[in-house]
Amino acid sequence: MMTNTGNRITQGQFSFLPDLTDAQITAQIKYALKNGWAVSIEYTDDPHPRNTYWEMYGNPMFDLKDPAGILLEINECRKTFPRHYIRVMAFNSSRGIESPAMSFIVNRPREEPGFGLTRQEGPGREVRYTITSYAAQKPEGERYS
Amino acid sequence: MSESTIDLKAIWNESGVQAVLDKLDAELIGLAPVKKRIREIASLLVVDKVRRDMQLAAGAPSLHMSFTGNPGTGKTTVAMRMADLLHTLGYSRTGHLVAVTRDDLVGQYIGHTAPKTKEVLKKAMGGVLFIDEAYYLYRPENERDYGQEAIEILLQVMENNRDDLVVILAGYADKMDQFFSANPGMQSRIAHHITFPDYSVEELEQIAALMTEQLGYTLSPSGRDALRQYLHRRIDQPWFANARSVRNAMERARLRHARRLVAHNDSHVDLAALTTIEAADLLASRVFDDGLAKEAL
Repeated sequence: MMTNTGNRITQGQFSFLPDLTDAQITAQIKYALKNGWAVSIEYTDDPHPRNTYWEMYGNPMFDLKDPAGILLEINECRKTFPRHYIRVMAFNSSRGIESPAMSFIVNRPREEPGFGLTRQEGPGREVRYTITSYAAQKPEGERYS
Repeated sequence: MSESTIDLKAIWNESGVQAVLDKLDAELIGLAPVKKRIREIASLLVVDKVRRDMQLAAGAPSLHMSFTGNPGTGKTTVAMRMADLLHTLGYSRTGHLVAVTRDDLVGQYIGHTAPKTKEVLKKAMGGVLFIDEAYYLYRPENERDYGQEAIEILLQVMENNRDDLVVILAGYADKMDQFFSANPGMQSRIAHHITFPDYSVEELEQIAALMTEQLGYTLSPSGRDALRQYLHRRIDQPWFANARSVRNAMERARLRHARRLVAHNDSHVDLAALTTIEAADLLASRVFDDGLAKEAL
């Protein structure tokens, strides 16, 4: 029984759901702006779950009042990087928290090859396990067709 | 098809539109073409609402505007009000106003203009973008000027994001005409070209009365007559800037009023003396001597 057909990476919010429509993304961004969080857009083509710092697409937009401007940026990012993962993050800068409050993926490559388990044998026949992405075996920029 | 009728008046009353129009009438003097256009937009809102309730198609109207007129006719003031108005009428989501001039849109070096303009547009989304002195964007004599790039980005956003953003251009009539003839794309995207006519003497009087009230003064009846005479003469003098000239005149009247009170023999003043501007404060103007043309000496 497969719980994740298609090998969609399940990082961030709503990642187990079907892709969000533009209207749903707008509603989420409106929620973030209502709470006064700074919204930023990031992209990457390395899908490993430990890859925390993705590339920034422009500066964080913390002085906007309407989601339409951010949607403009998202669509431009999709046009520039159609085969990368793109996520929208909302940063909560209130004292004591100062960390992302929301983070969801808005664009994925058409086919995601998934991960493989790598075993490494150490001293005393101890085996160390890790996962590697099949996509990352190709160089950056050429990972997804 | 049912023969039901809808009472437009009832919908008009409950939409709160009348309050907006009444407020506009009370706070802005004159400006007949502006108020007419706003009334038309308000009517469109009500009819659109009814049509939508009847399942008829109702596309979002294009609301981009161009305000042209002489100095001091209220272009910037009305633009500030327009954002509030459109929000109350339901055409603007957030109703905030972002006022920019050429410097906020055009960059100083290659590659600087596009991000700068896009940042401004993003900030203005959901509200109104007011571009003052819009003709400075277009500088045909300098081929290294990046104003044209800003204009192109504006045109694209004005067309594609009509429901998200309302753009208002403002400037003096002759220069705006030049700007539009050089940029036909801009002219065709602007649905409402509104001219701000010069104020008549009666309207200027009313504006002056409003201004003195806001400053905390009142005009005595003789003061009002003096004001009328002053305005009749001032209109024909050079460099007349409508409401701005009136504001300057009232400020000068305040100065003379203060000087008169201080120089008076009896140094005790009551509330009436402190707040009333008399004819003498206005008749002391140079306008009554030989006019302003003489100051070139």
